[in-house]
Amino acid sequence: MGESNRGDILTVSNLHHTYLQGTPLAQPALFGVNLVIPAGSCVAIIGHTGSGKSTLIQHFNGLLRPQMGEVVVNGARLSNPQVDIRAIRQQVGLVFQNPEDQIFERLVGDDIAYGPLKQGIPLSEVVQRAKWAMGVVGLDFDEMKNRSTFAMSGGEKRKVALAGVLVLRPQILVLDEPTAGLDPRSRRDLLRRIRDLNRSEGLTVVFVSHNMEEVAYLADTVYVLAAGHIAFHGTPRELFGALDERPDLQVGAPPGVEILRALHSRGYHVDTTRFTVPEVAEEVAAAASGQRGPAAAAEPPSGDLSAPPTAWEGPAHRREPDGRHPHAHAEDRGDAHGR
Amino acid sequence: MRTVVAGATSPATAGAAGNANGEWPAEGRRIHSCVAKGSSMKPLIEVNQISFSYGQGPSQSVAAFTDVSLRVYPGEYVAVIGQNGSGKSTLAKHLNGILTPTRGDVWVAGMNTKDASCKQQIRRCVGMVFQSPDNQLVATIVEDDVAFGLENLGVPPGEMQERIDEALEAVGMSEYRHRPPHFLSGGQKQRVAIAGILAMRPDCLVLDEATSMLDSFGRAEILAVVRRLNQQGMAIVTITHHMSEVAEADRVLVMHEGRVALEGTPRELFAHPDQLEALGLDVPEASRVAQQVHARIPAFRRDAISVEEVVAEVDRLAGSGGERRHG
Repeated sequence: MGESNRGDILTVSNLHHTYLQGTPLAQPALFGVNLVIPAGSCVAIIGHTGSGKSTLIQHFNGLLRPQMGEVVVNGARLSNPQVDIRAIRQQVGLVFQNPEDQIFERLVGDDIAYGPLKQGIPLSEVVQRAKWAMGVVGLDFDEMKNRSTFAMSGGEKRKVALAGVLVLRPQILVLDEPTAGLDPRSRRDLLRRIRDLNRSEGLTVVFVSHNMEEVAYLADTVYVLAAGHIAFHGTPRELFGALDERPDLQVGAPPGVEILRALHSRGYHVDTTRFTVPEVAEEVAAAASGQRGPAAAAEPPSGDLSAPPTAWEGPAHRREPDGRHPHAHAEDRGDAHGR
Repeated sequence: MRTVVAGATSPATAGAAGNANGEWPAEGRRIHSCVAKGSSMKPLIEVNQISFSYGQGPSQSVAAFTDVSLRVYPGEYVAVIGQNGSGKSTLAKHLNGILTPTRGDVWVAGMNTKDASCKQQIRRCVGMVFQSPDNQLVATIVEDDVAFGLENLGVPPGEMQERIDEALEAVGMSEYRHRPPHFLSGGQKQRVAIAGILAMRPDCLVLDEATSMLDSFGRAEILAVVRRLNQQGMAIVTITHHMSEVAEADRVLVMHEGRVALEGTPRELFAHPDQLEALGLDVPEASRVAQQVHARIPAFRRDAISVEEVVAEVDRLAGSGGERRHG
């Protein structure tokens, strides 16, 4: 009970939280959450909107204190009112959703340097750290340090905000939806950099995500929160393989897994626990070459099979080559809009 | 005029056609048909070689984009993609006059967005939904939120009720009409935001990363609503980072460093992953799967771009193989 392995940097046991506790508007958010984060691991926390993810991670650096249950960070019990909360916040760097909203300095360099300067770290070291942190998120120090934070795109601001947390050199990095709103390259870059930080520098990473491709790429362990408790805990492979039996988790799958699940439900004997692109391609190829069924009971595929299709028969919403929709002709549109 | 991916001459398309002996619709033709359509049908939105710079003090100004042209025809589904900072969102804000160009003109249904007297009519014609659901909802009850825009337009109460009913019905949120919006999920909030726009009965809906803060279920909800609206004839312009959403569009514009770098159908674009990669973009996962399967089984089309298309392709190959076995 509550015993923490020496290798665990963060443990949560039987954590409860109720918003507006003791008022008629009391809103319970967490019911007895247990989770263990080993040092150096990369843990994803996923779950439907309102499942308590954000409430949970706000306990990790003491923004919320346990009302009941316990959170232990590096041996420090956060339920203890005497705990050194500044020390906890130095160890646990929390990056909120849309962290760009928290940028307040006029220049990029100033914003990133704000935290360490406040901690009284000498300027020369702050500069070194800022260079490192900006490098990690993919911002060029010399080019960006004197840029105005107001004239940056959303993705650039995101990087600045993340660098502003990394510059404090936390042991645990907690990220709420780190790549939401980023373009594919920035997303891939950032994920790769987070993975490098985790793998080569041993930084413990906890992240909340809706993006299952991201979970598949990054996480070694996944916790699924549902209605304020942990409903599933395992590797991404175990999770994606269990989705058919666990619709209650309300978890989507990466598109590759969606393909395998769709094939599976059509009677092909494919392995739905595989999820990387090469793995999925291998299963799809096996199915396409007739090695995996479909089972005799499967529905015949739609369309005329004997003739090779001359035009793509995609989903019903695809348009005809002339750009019109098959069942929404120009004159109908005119009527619909009263023109 | 601009670099357009030539689907018909690409080795990818040629390979697929040769092997599968089924030809894809000649994608190049779709572009020409758009141009042809241009001569017969008036564009709803016409962006004419516009440039825009964000002022950043007296000495500096940062160009968001330069010399961009775009036409959106009634009922079209256009996706705009590009890296962060490529000027997509700034371009979107020009489509209903939230911003006006530094150079060049934007015409919406024949009205210039610089003409202040047309502003209200332009906004009614082209509605925008933004990224953050929370920042767009103003009222404490869903129904009131949808009514907000109509009140500003001075729509009579009877008609207002009718339009609210219609708009909430269109996004599937009728049963939530008396609820406070902050207890809704992200996808539901975005649907309410869309309803607020639909109540104005626009001809075009512009979505500026409207799904980027939603989970996969929320995103699926929004995509279903948008697809249905488009089928009913509404023009859609969507700005997105999700390549699986791009696959739904008729036409894709790729912005790069403030210019339109590529334009074509999703299938044309996704046939050139290297080019997209060079622009900081990606192809959908389904497309990558299709390309790898094609490498193993040449008859498997490498240009399938969605989960449904990959599954259909498996059915086509395995199914016909099965027939041969039975026959």
